[in-house]
Amino acid sequence: MRRINFGEAIREALWQEMERDPQVFVYGVTVPAHSKIFGTVAGLAERFGPERCFDTPISEEAMTGFGLGAAINGMRPVHIHIRIDFLLLAMNQLVNMISTYSYSHGGNVKVPLVIRAVVGRGWGQGYQHSKSVHALFAHIPGLKVVLPTTPKDAKGLLTAAIRDENPVLFLEHRWLYWAEEEVPEEPFSIPLGEGNILRQGNDLTVVATSWMNVEALKAAEVLEKRGVSLEIVDPRTIAPFDDRLVIQSVEKTGHCIVADNDWLDCGFSAEVAARVSEKCFGRLKSPVKRIGFAPTPCPTVRCLENEFYPNAEEIIRTAEEKLGLPPIDLTKEDFYSHERKFKGPF
Amino acid sequence: MKKSVTETLKNKTENRPGLDLYRKLYLIRQAERLIIRHYPEDQMKTPMHMSMGQEATATAVCHALVTGSASGRAGSMHLAAPDKGLLCTSAVVASSIPLAVGAAFANKRKGNGRIACAFFGDGALEEGVFWESLNAASVMKLPVLFVCEDNGLAIHTKQDVRQGFKSITEVVRNFECSTFQSDSTDVEVLYRLVRQAVEAIGSEGRPSFLHLKCYRYLDHIGIQEDFDLGYRSKEEFEEWFKRDTIALQRKRLLSQGWSEAELAEEEEKINRHLEKSLRNAQAAPFPPSEDLHRGVFYETH
Repeated sequence: MRRINFGEAIREALWQEMERDPQVFVYGVTVPAHSKIFGTVAGLAERFGPERCFDTPISEEAMTGFGLGAAINGMRPVHIHIRIDFLLLAMNQLVNMISTYSYSHGGNVKVPLVIRAVVGRGWGQGYQHSKSVHALFAHIPGLKVVLPTTPKDAKGLLTAAIRDENPVLFLEHRWLYWAEEEVPEEPFSIPLGEGNILRQGNDLTVVATSWMNVEALKAAEVLEKRGVSLEIVDPRTIAPFDDRLVIQSVEKTGHCIVADNDWLDCGFSAEVAARVSEKCFGRLKSPVKRIGFAPTPCPTVRCLENEFYPNAEEIIRTAEEKLGLPPIDLTKEDFYSHERKFKGPF
Repeated sequence: MKKSVTETLKNKTENRPGLDLYRKLYLIRQAERLIIRHYPEDQMKTPMHMSMGQEATATAVCHALVTGSASGRAGSMHLAAPDKGLLCTSAVVASSIPLAVGAAFANKRKGNGRIACAFFGDGALEEGVFWESLNAASVMKLPVLFVCEDNGLAIHTKQDVRQGFKSITEVVRNFECSTFQSDSTDVEVLYRLVRQAVEAIGSEGRPSFLHLKCYRYLDHIGIQEDFDLGYRSKEEFEEWFKRDTIALQRKRLLSQGWSEAELAEEEEKINRHLEKSLRNAQAAPFPPSEDLHRGVFYETH
């Protein structure tokens, strides 16, 4: 099977869905401009015309309400934000209008609206270009929230999101665009609300979101050398959150680390920890441990940024602590460095 | 053979919208009166925002859109809830305005000749999303009818402490849209103005903005008069009440040859309909408790 990257997988899902259904259109600030949202909309304006792939005024709230108005009038809009920080301007539409629309119509009205937003990181993104805040959205009944990690998931989940009759937020970590794997060429969808065992293991469960799955995989590779096997569960959809895979895994391992690509307090990691303690109480061998952003705005300089973000090393050290193992020497390990792929500017 | 009253009325309304407009005005006024009468029973248990005094704006716009619909160019309102004809209303001021812009985009894409209409008060002009929506509709040349019902009050606050501009229409005129304004309470004057505004959307290929001055008889919230609160005078009300929309239209119909008996019969029909609605509402069961969880997401049927 051919290999494509995460960004190409997203583009392919958009392309195929726009071919399949003329009601699908994509829009947002700078969408058809030269950068093409990390290539994810490249060629769409040329193929489908400016009426189905277009730029908008910098008016996040109005253009989000616009999406709702179009969706309930038979269209299937995909609204794109180059950073999720800008989507926060549309919280009124999301929380007061979009999330309540179906409920206020007794579940009889379709709101097939997808909102894609990019989670930035690194190279001086700073505190207004690096948020994830997925828990803010997952907290609101009536919104679905998807955080894809792999290229295959990105394609299958975005296809499912576009075909869904409800509002879906689709949050893409900027560093994942270069991840590559085999992805089927034909259209396919992965049901929203189903998790994925990213790696099988027996000793300890790591529940990770978005980029933290990459860190967890690296941690698993290092720990395997000393005979520790991590099981990694990627929930993929955090709202609605189906915790069955997580519970099954923790029942097997007895240990749980939640590595969330977000702040911890009142976050998705707290939700996972609560469910695990409710449902696996007697079988836990150690308390659930959470790993995430430092409780500060995201700093801009590299040295502080390194302190701010959780990483594979933190997962390794936490696992060792849980299993009562002495710290392994990591000096010869080759951890992910974004600089090798990325030199800016955005 | 003598025609029945109903047949006579039917023939008369075919050429003139006067009676239909009056029926709508009267229905709105009487529905609110009915609510006011029964509100103290505390069965409704919900905040009321009455429109008494402002019936002419909604009546004129909706009647023009429905008429337009027959000729194939109106009413975005038959979209999400075709049986109700209303896309959405929002308690959060101005939040529904961009929906009309999106609905208009969908209409334009489909080429169905329909327009979308957004109603809002003068207070909505202090919300960013109003200007965002007006700008987007203007630059995208979308078939939107913006209707500003300007009663000069946002809750109890007058315009001079809320708005840093003198004329709403003058500001809006700077956008690529057609503007229309009136301070009439004559529903037929407003009706003709709305028709012009709707026609301009088609002929100019851009949105229309209607600025309609009006006056609220009752308090912002609740069913009572509020002249004792001190923010406006009873004299101000009395000036507007001299040209009360319902009285004006009733007088016109009488001068056009309708008899007192004919109008009384029409009014009686509306009142009977309202009483029946009230009895239906009183008799309707409350939903079962498991209904709480229904409809958070779309449910396939």
